[in-house]
Amino acid sequence: MAIDDTDRRILRQMLADPDLDRGEIAARAGVTPATLWRRLDRLQSSGTVRQRARIDWRKLGYEVEVSLRFTLDKTDPRAFDEFIGGARGVPEVVGIETFLGRVDVRLNVIARDMGHWQDIYRTKVLVLPHIAEVEALMLISTIKDGEGLPL
Amino acid sequence: MTISGIDLDDHDRAILRALAEDADVSAGELGRRLGMSQPAAWRRVKRLETAGVLAGRRVEVDRAALGFGVTVFLGVKLATRGRVSLEDFERAVVAIPEVQVVQHVLGLFDYRLRVVARDIADFERVLRRRIMTLPGVGNVEANVLLTEERRVGPIG
Repeated sequence: MAIDDTDRRILRQMLADPDLDRGEIAARAGVTPATLWRRLDRLQSSGTVRQRARIDWRKLGYEVEVSLRFTLDKTDPRAFDEFIGGARGVPEVVGIETFLGRVDVRLNVIARDMGHWQDIYRTKVLVLPHIAEVEALMLISTIKDGEGLPL
Repeated sequence: MTISGIDLDDHDRAILRALAEDADVSAGELGRRLGMSQPAAWRRVKRLETAGVLAGRRVEVDRAALGFGVTVFLGVKLATRGRVSLEDFERAVVAIPEVQVVQHVLGLFDYRLRVVARDIADFERVLRRRIMTLPGVGNVEANVLLTEERRVGPIG
C-alpha cells in the first residue's frame, strides 16, 4: 500500500501518544474527522497499523520479567520451528523474537515471583527442544517502551 | 483465582484477550461475544481500567511499509560502572528518536535497547553517531530482528 504524507502525519501523532482519541488525532494531524476515519480504515485493513490494549502484568501479580536469549542447535533443520512451537505452548511466554546474530531466539517470560520463575524455568523452558545455550537478563526497570518512528 | 488486588473470572480474561488483539472492540461487541449486555461488558472494561490492568493502548505499525526496514536489539554494557551515572546514560539514550525501547537489566548487559533504522547503512550511522557516543557506553552487542510475535500471556 502506498503511504503518503497525510498517512505519515496521522501515524506520527498516534505513535507519539497511543491513547489519543480520534478527534484529537485528527486535530493534531490537521485533517478533518472524516478524512481521519477513511485513512485509518485503510491503514488498518491493509495491516499497516493496529492498536492493541496494553496489559500491565504487575497489576495481575506478575512481578518478575526475564529476557531469555537462546542459541539453538542448528545442525537440525527443524530446530527453529520445533523450539518456537514448544515456546508457544508456555502461557508465561509473552513474546517470541528471532534474530540474526549471536542470539537465535529471545523469549520474554513473566512470573509471579522468584519461586514461580524457578519453576517455569526448570519445568517449561529448559525442556524446550534444540537448546544449545541460554542466557538470562532479568528486567530491573523499563525506562522507555514505545513504537515511535522518526517519520 | 485470587491474585494480588483483583479477581479475574473467565469473562474478564476473554475481555483482556479480545482487547489485546484489537483495542477498538466496542463494549457492545464484547457483550455479544460473551453473551452479556453492553452495559455489563462496559462495567467490566471500566473495572479492569480502574485496577490498572488495562493500561492504555499500544500502536503497532508495519515498520517496513513506513520505510524502516531494520530493527536491531542492542545489549549495552557500561564501561565505567560506579563512575558514570545511570541517570546520565538514561537521559541521553531516551532522547534518541531511533531508540524505541530502553530496559535496565541484570545479567550479561546493563541495558537492552531496541533501535529502528531505514536500512543497515542508516543503522550504522545511528550506532556510530548516537549510541557509541553515549556517556559511559562500553561493550555493545547487536542482534538484527528477523521476526517478532506477541503472545497473549497467562490469561488464555
